[in-house]
Amino acid sequence: MEAVHLGGVDYVILIVYTLFVLGIGVALKRFMKTSTDFFLSGRSIPAWITGLAFISANLGAQEVIGMGASGAKYGIMTSHFYWLGAIPAMLFVGLFMMPFYYGSRARSVPEYLKLRYDEKTRGFNAVSFAVMTVFSSGVSMYALAKLMELLLGWNFHFSLAASAVIVLFYIFLGGLTSAIYNEVLQFFLIVLGFLPLVFLGLKDVGGPNGLLGAWQGLTTKLNAVAATEGFSPGTWTNSWSHLSQAADNPMGVEWFGLVMGLGFVLSFGYWCTDFLVIQRAMAADSMSAARRTPLIAAVPKMLFPALVILPGMIALVAAPHPTVQRAAATSEKATAFTLPPARGIIPPKVEKDAQGNAVAVLDPKTKQPVPDYDLATPMMLLHYFPTGLLGLGLTALMASFMSGMAGNVTAFNTVWTYDIYQSYIAPNKSDNHYLWMGRASTVAGIAVSVGAAYFATQFNNIMDVLQLVFGFVNAPLFATFMLGMFWRRATGHGAFCGLLSGTVAAAMHHGWTVPAGAASLAKGGWLAFGHPLHVYRSEMAQNFWTAIFAWTTCFLLTILVSLCTRQNKTDDDLRGLVYSLTPHVAKDEHLAWYAQPATLALLVLAATVALNILFW
Amino acid sequence: MHLDLRLPIGLMFGIFGLILTGFGLVSDPKIYQRSLGINVNLGWGCILLAFSVFMLAMAYRAKRKSH
Repeated sequence: MEAVHLGGVDYVILIVYTLFVLGIGVALKRFMKTSTDFFLSGRSIPAWITGLAFISANLGAQEVIGMGASGAKYGIMTSHFYWLGAIPAMLFVGLFMMPFYYGSRARSVPEYLKLRYDEKTRGFNAVSFAVMTVFSSGVSMYALAKLMELLLGWNFHFSLAASAVIVLFYIFLGGLTSAIYNEVLQFFLIVLGFLPLVFLGLKDVGGPNGLLGAWQGLTTKLNAVAATEGFSPGTWTNSWSHLSQAADNPMGVEWFGLVMGLGFVLSFGYWCTDFLVIQRAMAADSMSAARRTPLIAAVPKMLFPALVILPGMIALVAAPHPTVQRAAATSEKATAFTLPPARGIIPPKVEKDAQGNAVAVLDPKTKQPVPDYDLATPMMLLHYFPTGLLGLGLTALMASFMSGMAGNVTAFNTVWTYDIYQSYIAPNKSDNHYLWMGRASTVAGIAVSVGAAYFATQFNNIMDVLQLVFGFVNAPLFATFMLGMFWRRATGHGAFCGLLSGTVAAAMHHGWTVPAGAASLAKGGWLAFGHPLHVYRSEMAQNFWTAIFAWTTCFLLTILVSLCTRQNKTDDDLRGLVYSLTPHVAKDEHLAWYAQPATLALLVLAATVALNILFW
Repeated sequence: MHLDLRLPIGLMFGIFGLILTGFGLVSDPKIYQRSLGINVNLGWGCILLAFSVFMLAMAYRAKRKSH
């Protein structure tokens, strides 16, 4: 039997990476002179760097682990989170919205809301965003420490403390620039660390006959899985063909809910309004660099399904390898690896039986072990990578957690300092004072995140509920921004009422409907008292429709209330903030035709359409 | 900013490349059972080295241009 333990060479790789991450913080310290340097990188970063950081800040743990899990659960349909649920919105924010974010010289997304609408709209957004970022960063830390405990038997407290200290160190010294530079480093590490996994996995599962042959081999094996699950062949390898009814696919969604809920409301709400990613573009050195940031980011985003979804699909059908799968349990928690895999090489979920022995969780209907899909991608690393490359792969995995954490922390310290501290607590202080506050809030934000991570170990459900509440707050946001940027009549009262009622509408929709098989009220139906108005086939379908209801309510109410209230901003106030009042820069004269934002966007769009058709 | 990011990227992957190729040359072939009998450490190490050389060359070119 072969234990999963890291060799010396793996540790060397991990240590080299850590030294580089910390070294970048040290090297940048001397450039942090003003608060603008610390929070906005002095608006001096070239587009290729902000573009890769834009995508890397989003490439947190939920991407690498979560999309691998979804790949196993739903197959290539997961690519809708990219080709439908990301690329169009990324192109839109780059082409149409960045001129207002960057051009208005707002220092944060909430500050844009203040300039465009009023103080209360900004306050609502700033506070909910700040709370959300520290909790998300805590969840990242918690997930990292849990995974390392499970995979390698590392002490939970040690992993948590180490990740917190590393992220704190480099952000404290180098601010946003440090976070951005490290995100780019992490981007390359994740790509170069996971690519060999895809090659090895495809070759193993699909056979040696080139890429096309391997894909066909994988399809055949996944068709067998689809058959046992009661779906038609191709369900795991076609992205659009099985969407006419929610019952036709494992996601439990139909095309309208998917396109409107994911492709429009959720996707535009995230990519076009979330300061976590927008902040990267705001740090760019010019307007055209800011506009090209999300467009450059869209190119790798478009190709990521191969890197993060495919490993999950392969894990579902790969043959367990006796000497690899039965890794000696390095800790009590690692029993998932000593039990036979539930599917392919994916270990089962584990619970304690009456005698306190760890046993696989069984599905109540089929009596089969329930796979722990979140372990699909980590298991792939252990399955295919020998010591050496394993060090690189695990370092890449840890990097993905840290880039997610750092993104949240830098977004938090900026919103806290500019939108809460400077606006409501201590206005008119010196720039040095705010620079100091930026560093202090970095420490405080990480401390609260650590607290949240420990909180999550005690009350797992509470974290689910919190994520749910953040979802309610986020769902209507895009309506507020869209009306703000493209309709000059939208007023502050209108925006605030719209946001509030959109949030309430999201909560009510969630309270009155349930997904099939919901076990707890955190999943929905808490207002229905056992008589839900509608039962969705899956949680995902319910999420999509919650978003659709929230957005529509916000959109309609903002218009209605705006028409009933006076616009207290003059056209002069709104110049640079609203489309019709802003001079348009159609072309950047100094850029070659192929580097123009519009050309870039068209190319990416054409490639995305081609990918959708290819995997239809 | 005044620090060319391609420099640390090139350096880091250069070190990773050296570690992996070096380890690939001396390691016991038995550990490559899991990677389908392919010495992935050696192979991927070479690719990382190539990537590193490319990044460092870009950084060098940019530096010469600015002088």
